[in-house]
Amino acid sequence: MSETTLGGIANRMPKFLRRADPAVLTAFACIVILLLLGSLYSRSFLSPEYLLQQLKVASFLGVIATGMMLVILLGQIDLSVPWSVATGAMMACAAAAYGPAGVAVAIPFGVLCGVAIGIVNGIGVAYLRIPSMIITLATNAVAQGLMVVYTGGFSPQDSATAAMRYLATGFTIPGVPNAVIIWALIGAATVFVLTRTSFGRAVYGIGNRERAAYLSGIDTRRVVMIAFAVSGGLSAFGGVLLAGYASKAAQSMGDAYLLPSIAAVVLGGTSILGGRGSYLGTVAGVILITLLQSILSVMQMPEAGRQIIYGVVIVAMLLLYGRAPASR
Amino acid sequence: MKDWRYLLAEQRGTLLAFGILIVMFAIYSANHPAGFTPNVVQTAANKGVLLAFVAMAQTLVVITAGIDLSVGMIFTLTNCMASWLVIGTGLETAFGVLAVLGTGLLCGAVNGAIVIYGRLQPIVATIATGAVFFGLALLLRPVPGGSVNEDLADFLTGRFFGLVPASLVALLVVVLVVWVPFSRSELGRAAYAAGSSETAAYMSGVPIRRGKFLAYTLAGLLAAIGGLFLTFFTYTGEAAYASGNSYTLFSIAAVVLGGVSLFGGKGSAIGAIFGALAFRTIGDLLFVFDFDPLWQPLFQGVILLIAVSLGAFALFRVRNRLEWFL
Repeated sequence: MSETTLGGIANRMPKFLRRADPAVLTAFACIVILLLLGSLYSRSFLSPEYLLQQLKVASFLGVIATGMMLVILLGQIDLSVPWSVATGAMMACAAAAYGPAGVAVAIPFGVLCGVAIGIVNGIGVAYLRIPSMIITLATNAVAQGLMVVYTGGFSPQDSATAAMRYLATGFTIPGVPNAVIIWALIGAATVFVLTRTSFGRAVYGIGNRERAAYLSGIDTRRVVMIAFAVSGGLSAFGGVLLAGYASKAAQSMGDAYLLPSIAAVVLGGTSILGGRGSYLGTVAGVILITLLQSILSVMQMPEAGRQIIYGVVIVAMLLLYGRAPASR
Repeated sequence: MKDWRYLLAEQRGTLLAFGILIVMFAIYSANHPAGFTPNVVQTAANKGVLLAFVAMAQTLVVITAGIDLSVGMIFTLTNCMASWLVIGTGLETAFGVLAVLGTGLLCGAVNGAIVIYGRLQPIVATIATGAVFFGLALLLRPVPGGSVNEDLADFLTGRFFGLVPASLVALLVVVLVVWVPFSRSELGRAAYAAGSSETAAYMSGVPIRRGKFLAYTLAGLLAAIGGLFLTFFTYTGEAAYASGNSYTLFSIAAVVLGGVSLFGGKGSAIGAIFGALAFRTIGDLLFVFDFDPLWQPLFQGVILLIAVSLGAFALFRVRNRLEWFL
């Protein structure tokens, strides 16, 4: 197909389609295909209840993936997600065991613990210039060690507070789960920060070329540090919500969120090298991953098969549109 | 620069790792209730060699400026496979070993193909293939079990002449058969060159793609040798997610301790081996000092954090602030 006909088609498309990233469109197309495939398998796949339930499950991943996206936009990665999630959940539940005052500060305390992990990551990446992949793996190990010492290697007995349960499973607006509202609020805030503030500009700038961003007067190290702190906080908040959903914290509750959060961001068209990507894409990625997981579990696929299909699908989709440009 | 000084500079990381290992092992064996006996050395060697193989695998990939987050899962997969196949008569066992090593090669080749010819980022690609490898392992061993040819296992985990741990000898043999030929070959040099500066290597006509592909493939093979040895030590196969993950993590720690640059192009598998043995010894120090084993994950995490932060000392050498940003 020649350049002119492509342009001609593009001109006739509505404006929002013309401006959209092809990767985001592909992700949404995949969602539609998954829904259609699912509805062939079982009629209840297109029912509003099922879709809303999926959206609720997706919102936990959505909150975590938001932090991951910030970090990936910088061209870094946050591999401390598993134990940031678990730390947030465990510390929130632990605080709840200390009387009414503890119950009141449970959620902020859990989130703050995640922010602390994020700040260590941020200091390592921004000021000590340690590759993010390495320092976040290390803080993940330290967080795990701290939690193992704290819990004695078992799942803690403390349970989630009523507020945590309400955030994760309650309904403020009839029909719309609170978790979905929270994700929407966090998403809206992220879109605002990324597109309307100088911080957001700086994030994209650093992702493209940190040196250039630094020379244009941005305190790049502070921006990187803040992004990692936010990512840690959001992971922990995701953990708090998950603890509210399951009404308790568990040892390896975060393990299931590392690969999905990275995959959701990358499948949504955000470049793993940083500097390119939109939040809409991440939303599409999160929903896509959640639907895929849901369909596999509805089909009663055993864990082994799920892992295999999951890995294969991610590689296949990345090969479709996540490839680096051909060398030179 | 004189020849020996150049050599010293080149091997500084390896020598440093060797020094750390000697010091740590001296502390370890001095405080061990049994003291410095062949038995203590054998146990420590058997434990350390597993990580050493996985760390060697990681080194090959890290040299090309990539990273393989699936090594731990290849290790787990081959462990599960060996618990089915490496059994029976001598000939059957031999075929089993070949099949396990072949699987490792295949896993590595898949990683290499996806990263190099599929042009995906190694981090994401290997996390995803790691999920696939773990799924396959779970398929083979939904519950821990299986068995292994115990004669072979005991031979390779015992001692030669009642003194030298057989696993160390096996490690030496693997170094001589896999690492030395690789690092001296044209493709090995290409892997180094690709890690050092891919553009420059490409412009000079170095076969970077084949070099990187070979590095990823051999990494799979080395991880499989590690998986095979795990089976020899435990006599069973187990698809344990946490164990596979921690081997991946520790392999990176070992590589860093061993003086291999995570930015690629620098370091050697020998250094990574010393790094792995040193890391294991440090982790076991807790036991000889009678700490609660609950503290071990935290202790290892802190060591890992300190080890990776050591790289930050390079910042003091930076003259121009723009060099902060690569």
